Amino acid sequence: MAVELDEAPAAAPQPGASRRVGLLRPNPWRRPWLMEGFTWLYIVWSIVPIAIAVLFSFNKGASQSTWQGFSTKWYIGSSVNSVLHNTALHQAVVQTLVLAVLTTVICVPIGVGFAIGIDRWRSRAAMSLNFVMIFSFVIPELLLAVALFMLVTQALTFIGLGTEAEVAGLVVWNLSWPAVIVRARLVSIGRSYEEAATDLGASRLGAIRRVLLPMLMPAVFASAVLVFASTVDDFVIVEQLSSTASTQPMSVLIYANVHGGLSGPALNALATIMLLFSLVAAVLGLIAYRWMTRGERQSSVEALTNIAGM
Amino acid sequence: MALADREKTQDRRSRLLWIGLAAPGAIWLILLFVVPFYVMLAVAGGGINEFFQTVVPVWNPLHWSSWNFSAVWHDITGAGAFIGAPALRTLIYTAIATVLSLAIAYPVAYFVARYAGRRKGLFLVLLVAPFWVSYMMRMLAWIDLLQQGGLFNSALSDLGLPGNTDWLGGRSLTVILGLVYGYIPYLILTLYAFLDRIDQRLLEAAQDLGLSRWRTFWHVTIPLSKPAIIAGTFITVLPMLGDYYTNQLLSGAAGTTMIGNVIEGQLDAPGQTGQGAVLSLMLLVVLLVPMLYYVASTARASRENS
Repeated sequence: MAVELDEAPAAAPQPGASRRVGLLRPNPWRRPWLMEGFTWLYIVWSIVPIAIAVLFSFNKGASQSTWQGFSTKWYIGSSVNSVLHNTALHQAVVQTLVLAVLTTVICVPIGVGFAIGIDRWRSRAAMSLNFVMIFSFVIPELLLAVALFMLVTQALTFIGLGTEAEVAGLVVWNLSWPAVIVRARLVSIGRSYEEAATDLGASRLGAIRRVLLPMLMPAVFASAVLVFASTVDDFVIVEQLSSTASTQPMSVLIYANVHGGLSGPALNALATIMLLFSLVAAVLGLIAYRWMTRGERQSSVEALTNIAGM
Repeated sequence: MALADREKTQDRRSRLLWIGLAAPGAIWLILLFVVPFYVMLAVAGGGINEFFQTVVPVWNPLHWSSWNFSAVWHDITGAGAFIGAPALRTLIYTAIATVLSLAIAYPVAYFVARYAGRRKGLFLVLLVAPFWVSYMMRMLAWIDLLQQGGLFNSALSDLGLPGNTDWLGGRSLTVILGLVYGYIPYLILTLYAFLDRIDQRLLEAAQDLGLSRWRTFWHVTIPLSKPAIIAGTFITVLPMLGDYYTNQLLSGAAGTTMIGNVIEGQLDAPGQTGQGAVLSLMLLVVLLVPMLYYVASTARASRENS
């Protein structure tokens, strides 16, 4: 995925080639205006609706189509229907944060350990476990959620529906982020640094802690950001595994209230807060990732694609 | 001799270390990914408490009954069958949405990977942005726009077109476009990641050898991006097949239900949890082949990289 930003664009015409193509064919290096226009159309289509939804969360009135002036009443002003004062709404914000923090704190360390262990412990068992992990990445979320629902209601009934079940499910659903990203980084680092450390007298664990982990930090951090953001955005698992209203995070509350119930700009405000959580995580992640890999001559494009889990 | 012995104990020690490191994640995966599907089997093969209408899972495979299976079979083929229509609809919606997504995503990913030049960073930020916006938020945005009296309808009536269409009143078109809108960012990012790795020199060579743009694209780029198209198709098709919320949010009508809605509905209905388990297992079996293919190709790619 090596992309050099400073590289001259591939569109640089070469004199020999353009002469050969001559007037018979259109210049093959001309700018593809049509495709560029299409790309911009797509970008507008993908972003403008969201921008409008964010804008209308600051509307003074309850309309979603007529701008009635700027106000923060749906966030803090209204004593009945604002995120701050409505119990259901702010409970959902708190629940989302609790789930995201707990899931990230549990998921990232065990995922990193899993990645290192599986990569080094070459055996049939390790391969099967890796297979199960990738499988958990591609399975439709609904099927996993149904299976987990049956687990906590029929077998491990001491867990039951609620926050514990939600965290357990979110951890297993997101485990593949740290596992895959850290493993890719492990492969690119290779084993030589670690072997050098053990040759110089470090213990295995010491070599992991003092040599390998610092080199893995960017990948660990990128996966933490991804786990956090995808937990904030998660819907299917938390919907199936939440019990009462108090364990419903923002996504479930929005889903339940879109048709009737608490509707209007208060929901947009809630969704905007959700957006803010993910965006803050993403921006912080990108800055920290750039800082951690500052010695690696990595382009910003590469940092961006890494932080998006590609 | 002593050295060899010491190396052997060291080997054993470090193997224990690797197992120890992998253990928490492995246990979590087994307990909360493998075991749940066994519970699903036990529920599907189990019975039902007639009085309370609750599920009675049967843990011993030898005692599994086919009661739930025949109930589902009856729902598919018997009188009053109701599963066929949502299943068929799931296939049609997913197929149209996937083709549409590919038609939109491929040119976008191709342009950014090949022609964006110095502005690649900007384009990538804009393409990645929806990835960070929650699915719920993106659907909510369209509900706001499409509702009666919403901006879309008022824009239509400003143009002199009929502006009172109930877009959210159970239209397949809205649901399909919702699916496209919901899952296309993943497709674009997957396609981009692959297309970006295509060696530009191959394309330049093709053009230097006299192929036109279109023929270069058709004979070089498309064959080279086949793995990208396959991977991207999986990435969008698999979640679409388990989707039950997009249609619920954008239509809510019985005429647009998909297989996910049937499963989800049976989960909470008294006495039908077992049939929900059977349907989930059926969906899993159908998806097993594409999933295994995807897993195998991912494993192959990572082996080639290492």
